[in-house]
Amino acid sequence: MKSLVLTAVLALTLPLAACGSDSDDSSGGGDKTTTLTVYAAASLTATFEEIGKKFEAEHDGVKVEFDFGGSSDLVTQIQEGAPADVFASADTANMDKLVDADLAGDDPENFATNTLEIATPPDNPAGVAGFQDLAKKGLQLVVCAPEVPCGAATQTMADNLGVTLKPVSEEQSVTDVLAKVTSGEADAGVVYVTDVTAAGDAVTGVTFPESGDVVNTYPIAPVEGTDAEDLADDFVEFVLGDTGQQVLQDAGFGQP
Amino acid sequence: MQQRQVGLPAWIFVPAALGVTLVLLPLVGMVSRVEWGSFFELVTSDSALTALSLSLRTSLVATVLCLLLGVPMALVLARTSFRGQGLVRSLVLLPLVLPPVVGGIALLYTFGRRGLLGDELDALGLQIAFSTTAVVLAQTFVSLPFLVVSLEGALRSAGARYEEVAASLGARPTTVFRRVTLPLVMPGLVSGAVLSFARALGEFGATITFAGSLEGTTRTLPLFIYNLRVVDPDAAVAMSLVLVAVAVLVIAFARPGRSTW
Repeated sequence: MKSLVLTAVLALTLPLAACGSDSDDSSGGGDKTTTLTVYAAASLTATFEEIGKKFEAEHDGVKVEFDFGGSSDLVTQIQEGAPADVFASADTANMDKLVDADLAGDDPENFATNTLEIATPPDNPAGVAGFQDLAKKGLQLVVCAPEVPCGAATQTMADNLGVTLKPVSEEQSVTDVLAKVTSGEADAGVVYVTDVTAAGDAVTGVTFPESGDVVNTYPIAPVEGTDAEDLADDFVEFVLGDTGQQVLQDAGFGQP
Repeated sequence: MQQRQVGLPAWIFVPAALGVTLVLLPLVGMVSRVEWGSFFELVTSDSALTALSLSLRTSLVATVLCLLLGVPMALVLARTSFRGQGLVRSLVLLPLVLPPVVGGIALLYTFGRRGLLGDELDALGLQIAFSTTAVVLAQTFVSLPFLVVSLEGALRSAGARYEEVAASLGARPTTVFRRVTLPLVMPGLVSGAVLSFARALGEFGATITFAGSLEGTTRTLPLFIYNLRVVDPDAAVAMSLVLVAVAVLVIAFARPGRSTW
């Protein structure tokens, strides 16, 4: 009976396991579709989707799939065996975790930088004019949790300026912060310059002169043991190349 | 009543065993990751205790609210009939099948600052978003149907005979409710309340969407575990085990066999 159960479990799970690794044919011959799975920081959502489309256009039979999330979440998932072929982090600390776990297929390369900006609802109801204003009493401030890159940067900025922030919520990713601002629940949120650009009319951005002091650097690397090694390398090159860099700059990212 | 056992086809045990495995195997997987050496230390850290106490307090308040609102709801659904009752029942049970994150968005656009009642609440000086009240509201929203379903079922299976007798002997409706109906359905009420409490304790999606996440104010145990799993997976596993233990206790209290006698 015991072996029967085991057989049944295996029968049920094996086909699922097989689904996860359909990117075994990296040469992409014939009409077979090869899937490249890219794990990227939440702040890269819009840009990487565009870069992905351009990459697909130049590579026949290749489909790029993305998993966007907090960088710390993503690196944990990769450590637990998530089927990522490429990892793009919003800071070097989380990429270091990948390297330390011997999971980086190649030396990580920096492909973009980002700085902080304050996002407020379109009418800026609390009249936020600079980073110091975020400490105002009664202001509904939302920031990233200290363990995610945008939160770490916010914390560093606050420490640099000697401002004590009392957020009403610490969110798990920069997109969650933005959601609280666009819905009007928060008076202000600390996000990246690129998030303010991407949000368009949904938020008003408040820049502050000290923003250049804390710069987040975005590294990218293929993941060790990927079945689509060549394709993963190609994608990294593509992000670092002219097309990728142009998309990133249009979205407000800086060059490393 | 003892029924004669009708034999089951032998093959049915295979998918049944598979189902049991599907439920139990992930728990085994999690337990295998527990760092027993530091378990006690991990589950009694300051922020763990803060999250646990916030979770227990908000879930208790939510359960009381469920009782105050859900008992009358169940009575109206079980003991009266009116046009559109079926529709009303389906609608109030909606949170049972709704993804919690959708519930959170609905709450946000109702009780949020720019929501349906935002201006009225503002005039009263009440701010709900990002407060512990928001957590309780989210928990009550998702767990209310559990109480209503359990209690309505108990009321229907208990029938109205004793209530009719009491009324015919001159007892007023409130006396009937207090002295006859309530004692009769007490087991159903208790298991419904325990289920509601458990659902409130596990609430995640609506809370993180509507209430946010801040230690001591809105970061309940599930949100704490979610936050923790990236920085300290060992602690996240340890806290998860605490919630599993609570869940096992809840099932022991509220398993279906008890509610129907």
